[in-house]
Amino acid sequence: MYAYDEIDRTLVNERVSEFRDQVKRRLSGELTEDEFKILRLQNGVYLQLHAYMFRVAIPYGTLATNQLRALAHVARKYDRGYGHFTTRQNIQFNWIKLAELPDALEDLAKVGIHAMQTSGNNMRNVTSDQWAGVAPGEIEDPRIWSELIRQHTTLHPEFSFLPRKFKIAITASDHDRAAIKIHDIGLRLIRNEKGETGFEVLVGGGLGRTPFIAKTIKHFVHGRDILSYIEAILRVYNQYGRRDNIYKARIKILVHELGIEKFSREVEEEWQQIRNSSLQIDDEVIEDIRSRFTYPAYEKLPHMPDELRQAAADPDFEAWRKNSVAPHKVQGYSIVTISLKPTGGPPGDATAKQMDALADLADQYSFGEIRVGHEQNLALPHVAKRDLPALWKALDKLGLATPNVNLITDIIACPGLDYCSLANARSIPIAQELTRRFANHELANLIGRLHINISGCINACGHHHVGHIGILGVEKNGEEVYQITIGGRADENATLGTLIGPGVKFDEVADVVEDVVEAYLALRERPEELFMDTVKRLGVEPFKERVYATR
Amino acid sequence: MTSPLEQKKIRIAGPSVVTANRTWDGIVVYRTAARAWSAELSEAAIVRNSEEAKALLAEAVADDVGAIGPYIAPVQIGADGRIVPGNLREQIRRTGVTIGQPAQV
Amino acid sequence: MPLVSGGKITGDGFVKLAVDTPLPEGGDILVPAERFLAEADALLERSGKVGVIWPNNRDIAELVPYLGKVAAVALVFPTFRDGRAYSQARLLRERYNYRGELRATGQVLRDQFVFMLRAGFDAFEVKKQADAEAFMQTAKRYSVFYQPTGDGRITALHRRMQLRHSEGVGT
Repeated sequence: MYAYDEIDRTLVNERVSEFRDQVKRRLSGELTEDEFKILRLQNGVYLQLHAYMFRVAIPYGTLATNQLRALAHVARKYDRGYGHFTTRQNIQFNWIKLAELPDALEDLAKVGIHAMQTSGNNMRNVTSDQWAGVAPGEIEDPRIWSELIRQHTTLHPEFSFLPRKFKIAITASDHDRAAIKIHDIGLRLIRNEKGETGFEVLVGGGLGRTPFIAKTIKHFVHGRDILSYIEAILRVYNQYGRRDNIYKARIKILVHELGIEKFSREVEEEWQQIRNSSLQIDDEVIEDIRSRFTYPAYEKLPHMPDELRQAAADPDFEAWRKNSVAPHKVQGYSIVTISLKPTGGPPGDATAKQMDALADLADQYSFGEIRVGHEQNLALPHVAKRDLPALWKALDKLGLATPNVNLITDIIACPGLDYCSLANARSIPIAQELTRRFANHELANLIGRLHINISGCINACGHHHVGHIGILGVEKNGEEVYQITIGGRADENATLGTLIGPGVKFDEVADVVEDVVEAYLALRERPEELFMDTVKRLGVEPFKERVYATR
Repeated sequence: MTSPLEQKKIRIAGPSVVTANRTWDGIVVYRTAARAWSAELSEAAIVRNSEEAKALLAEAVADDVGAIGPYIAPVQIGADGRIVPGNLREQIRRTGVTIGQPAQV
Repeated sequence: MPLVSGGKITGDGFVKLAVDTPLPEGGDILVPAERFLAEADALLERSGKVGVIWPNNRDIAELVPYLGKVAAVALVFPTFRDGRAYSQARLLRERYNYRGELRATGQVLRDQFVFMLRAGFDAFEVKKQADAEAFMQTAKRYSVFYQPTGDGRITALHRRMQLRHSEGVGT
């Protein structure tokens, strides 16, 4: 956990008081909507179909139990009793009143939570691996650097009015759980041959209308130089990024139009001017941030406790354990993923009651800590293995033990046309139907790892380009039509999916997905060959043929 | 969201209303003939040609404090005179999400 | 449009010239970049002070040879959403050590004052009278700053280091 000090708290409170004043001026008519829109966006307030939507940041996906309870409180007091976890370690509330927002922000500020820059053309919430600090084999806890960058990017005087939004993600593992290659800046924490900590810096990734996988701009930037290097990238972008066309304003377009070589030369030139400035971070500063991340006092526990051995007789427990429990860096502990994808439910939603109950469970079993991942699931990062059976029972009672993590029903979906004013088609009902079609755990297990990502418009909040199966909703002649891609992925081997045929109607989407899955089951060489591997081996043609032969 | 300016170029194909979201709480509202906003679609002013639509929109846009993002939306009018939304998006704005919401807790 | 300088509303001593306005005999003038670069010698020989209005899409480095001679640089916010002039301001102050008046023009609103101050602006052509009147109050809204800029305000990271060291002395 990172503990805010008085300095951080002061800033958050000053921000709340500023926004209270801005809301007051808006409601009195002193500020026009045109003037106010950016101000509200910079505080996480969108206007959606039914109401304002309020997006709260969960920096690098780490929550303390009092923070999760505060989110539950906001859901209950100011909203309709639930929240929606997004793909960027945020939570959204869908029915908030503008007049009450300053109070909601004040309630959150008391536990060190804010909504600064969760929207708008500025630097967004810095995201990281939801297993940061507990995954075996990490270079170092990436949240230390995430926090450093979070502070540096908060209310930045030069970069709060960029050409377009700007997202940074950090990972410190070989296996990328933070999807850094689809971010404006992706940072991979590494050590050089001298053993110094630094970053491989990637730039220009992003989805939306024109998707790009990020390119490496520099193979190694020393940790002490990371702020100046990011500043150099942003300065080049702020000056040269396109402002004439919203669809061409992201840094990915600038990188593409200039070419990575020219872009990196511009950045390098700028960087040489500022790297030996006050942006250079000395070890003491890093040490200070590191010292404010606290880690549990782990006990010395056996690798295989009796409780676990006994529970193994219960097939339901075993199904969940095999699916949702991952190795921890400390012996005797596990990382438990909590699926927010129940059969028939909207992906990523949690009720206030679930949030409160989960906070209690985290206090009891996970040293008071909860994590939020980009797949729209939660995690308890420090569960003693002996507690797994008891935790499972408690989660099951809350509807939070669906054993489908990384399986076909672990679907990423944007809010779509049910909530979003940008959407052209619904996403959630498609996801709900798919979770029903594949509700049989044995079937899902037989299929194995398979990610379905659904977006209700080209803006791609549901990351459809990088779904193993991607579903994009569009509107055609007043009807919802869905385009299906296969072969995308968001991890260290990030790839964009390929379209497999003409769009299909709302009612046909689940059938088409079933056909894709059937084709895969028929085409795979052996049961261990995952969907992605079959697509890689054979390409999309055999899938096209099988799925569209009868259509 | 289409800006009202862009919409001014659009010709309407049938009966339409002007809709927006109320500033203080964000709920869906419709412009009435009495130059006010109402949460009831049944109270919306109906426009039937582009001139009327432009005029109603201009009048609604001028009330920047009352509601935000006004735009012209199609409706259908039944034989009984009942006004219903003219497309899925407006249907969802009118009647809410098409999925079950979690129980309020 | 009220001008805020030195933290309060003041009269504007500069007259803005368009590209083709005849050059007045005396008095202080603000000249568009294009005209300034074309007529720099003639302009600078006059008795009055000369400032330049620099567009946000022109490389600020072109102005560097003249920085010792101009009395004011006015940077432009065509809308408050266009943040290019923040970079230009910081470059002028922090890289090129410009110490004259640095003026924000265009859509200059209350809610951007703090960003502008931090980027090095010290004069503001404020769009609304009420915003100009609220300048001092708004400028004091924040006491914590995470980034080092040329404005000399102490950053949160360094405040922490100071606190650490002062605590260290006591123990």
